[in-house]
Amino acid sequence: MDWGSILNNTIAAFLTPTTIAFALAALGLAMHFGFAGLLNFGIAGFMAIGGYGYAISVLTFGLPWWAGMMVGVVGSILFAIVLGLPTLRLRGDYLAIVTIAAAEIARLMFLTTAFTDVTGSADGLFGFNTRQDGTGFQNSNPFPSGDYGFGPLSFNHQTLWVLTFGIAILGLCLWLLWALMRSPWGRVIKGIREDEDAVRALGKNVFAYKMQALIIGGVFGGLGGIVFAAFSNVSPGVFVTSLTFFIWTSLLLGGAATILGPVIGAIIFWVLQAFLSNFLSQLALSGILPVSTTQASTLRFVLVGLGLMLLVIYRPQGIFGDKRELTFVK
Amino acid sequence: MKFLSTGKPQGLLKILIFGIVSLFVGFGLAITPANADSVGEEFPDAVTGNVRVEGEPVAGVGISLTGEGYSAATVTDDRGRYFIGVPVRGVYSVTIDESTLPSTELGVEGGATQEVEFGLSDRVVKNFFIGAGVINQISMVDQIISRVVYGINFGLMLGLAAVGLSLVFGTTGLSNFAHGEMVTFGAVATFLIVSTGAPIWIAIPLGVALSAGFGWTLDAGLWRPVRKKGLGIVQLMIISIGLSLFLRYVIQFFVGGATEQLPGFDSPKVPLFGAVALSVTDLFSMGLSIAVIGLFAFWLLKTKTGKATRAISDNPDLAAASGIDVDRVIRIVWVIAAAMAGLSGVLWAYFRPGIKWDMGTQILLLIFAAVVLGGLGTAFGALLGALIVGILIETSGLLIPADLKYVAALVVLIVVLLVRPQGLLGRKQRVG
Repeated sequence: MDWGSILNNTIAAFLTPTTIAFALAALGLAMHFGFAGLLNFGIAGFMAIGGYGYAISVLTFGLPWWAGMMVGVVGSILFAIVLGLPTLRLRGDYLAIVTIAAAEIARLMFLTTAFTDVTGSADGLFGFNTRQDGTGFQNSNPFPSGDYGFGPLSFNHQTLWVLTFGIAILGLCLWLLWALMRSPWGRVIKGIREDEDAVRALGKNVFAYKMQALIIGGVFGGLGGIVFAAFSNVSPGVFVTSLTFFIWTSLLLGGAATILGPVIGAIIFWVLQAFLSNFLSQLALSGILPVSTTQASTLRFVLVGLGLMLLVIYRPQGIFGDKRELTFVK
Repeated sequence: MKFLSTGKPQGLLKILIFGIVSLFVGFGLAITPANADSVGEEFPDAVTGNVRVEGEPVAGVGISLTGEGYSAATVTDDRGRYFIGVPVRGVYSVTIDESTLPSTELGVEGGATQEVEFGLSDRVVKNFFIGAGVINQISMVDQIISRVVYGINFGLMLGLAAVGLSLVFGTTGLSNFAHGEMVTFGAVATFLIVSTGAPIWIAIPLGVALSAGFGWTLDAGLWRPVRKKGLGIVQLMIISIGLSLFLRYVIQFFVGGATEQLPGFDSPKVPLFGAVALSVTDLFSMGLSIAVIGLFAFWLLKTKTGKATRAISDNPDLAAASGIDVDRVIRIVWVIAAAMAGLSGVLWAYFRPGIKWDMGTQILLLIFAAVVLGGLGTAFGALLGALIVGILIETSGLLIPADLKYVAALVVLIVVLLVRPQGLLGRKQRVG
């Protein structure tokens, strides 16, 4: 057992672009589900549209990176409107089925060979972060080349730039969600979650509030996809239904109706994933666990499923949640 | 850097000579092209393609290209291919010289001159397929009929799974996202029995029986306790998502990531009528589905338990008050739903073909589409919805690219929820 490498890899998962992308998406779900009570199972679709919107506008339309990212954000706003206009009047579990189907439609549209020229089909898109004409995201990197950090948390200048950018975006979104949720607007949103009819009786336009919540959370999800794309490439194999489920696990882990919970949940999710993947494969290699290393890496997803079930049964408010503010109404 | 083919060379040799000479003249350099069919190989980007007449590659067909202030010409090689390098990515028009085709009576579909546009890749493919291919000889009507028959086969298979999902929803209010794993379970169980050497006609009933036992275990071990705990439907739904992930990866843990086959998956196709050709397993699969669905309908409509099931779907409290043992009926519903899902998994393994750890997840949304289309909670609605989804998926391939055929079903799912949320056979008050 190589405890040193297990520890190193586990600590490294604490701060990665993927963790930040997960935290952003989970924050979007906190807005949707935790505060507004909307069962969005299509967060992977929002991320896909954010990431692809950025990548396609850079590669196909030659926009500079910041404009490309704006396109990604606008894309996720449009997706929220298209999804919300018809479905926000439906009952909760219907909304879940529609959003999961819509995310899958988005993914299949990126996967099909009919639009290979624009979407890259199954290979996805790459090479949009560094551009020869100097308009790429990495071309604006303020950090000089080299390695930064210490111990397991060392990054090259490119990763450092993505991390700085991602943390700035995440901080902004956290502040926005915090400010919104202590405003009168936030109280109406929570009221809708608790009793929609009561809020309607007070003369509030419930549909408009729900739509605003869907758009704001969708933008957070889209930004998650953009941070993900800024670090690596985009491909339809990433934005699958399982991604949605993993983000839900992160959200419920931290606490759905909390501000910091989704971020901490995403960190716990990835730190645990890194620990289990290293620990289990070491167990398999050293023969303590009589399984192959492939089976060992499958085991951690088995544990994710088991963890999600136990969490919802025994601690539905999450680690940091308040039982009184339980989001599972009825 | 220009070289135009102005003349109309008569033979292959002349074309070759002409091409080489024009290259020499054009560059003013002694560069020998690698192939007679390639021009502009020094450029990073290129237009390439194939010329085929009735499926056979044709050599010596003149291809010229103009656009972006550049023009070039070449001829196809003995495998019907051509390659024209271009200095910049942009829009070009590619012209096929019809006089160099073997027969001048052949028309080029879309005209002799066609536009190509570069996307992200450094290659654009422009094929000229001339004359009728074998596939196009089937008339549109025959194609539609054969697709509908395949669609019914697929729909019956979906229906077996959808009926169970709908019954579970009707009696417990649970949207079971782990239903896909119950489909996979049946196929994997059957495969494991076959791999011990048992013949397939024993393995399938045993696999279905194991699936039924699996349904019993799920209800006894998980769903009944959480029902007693009084969790809400959203919590139940997320538990089923956790269960789905758990089961999916447990199955992958044991069977690995490879695709396995059941015996008889490659049985030959028997032409029936028109363009319809079904394999023996297809026919058997359809017969079995119809028989099982018939039995199920009899159970639901005529037996005491079936009537109790429908009573619970309508109003669980009233059913309990009239002396129906709700827990017992729900247990039976889980067993039946799991058995039918397991059988559907075996048939899906033949339809795909192949057994894979995520095969059930692949059709989960289609099953949901079928259930929602028919009306959540209605058994026969789910069956009707499954047939519609199956036929729609197979026939949509005639209009849209094959890799988008599932999109058609998902779009229908969303449209139905918007226009008629209660589904085709559902009743209005179900939806809040």
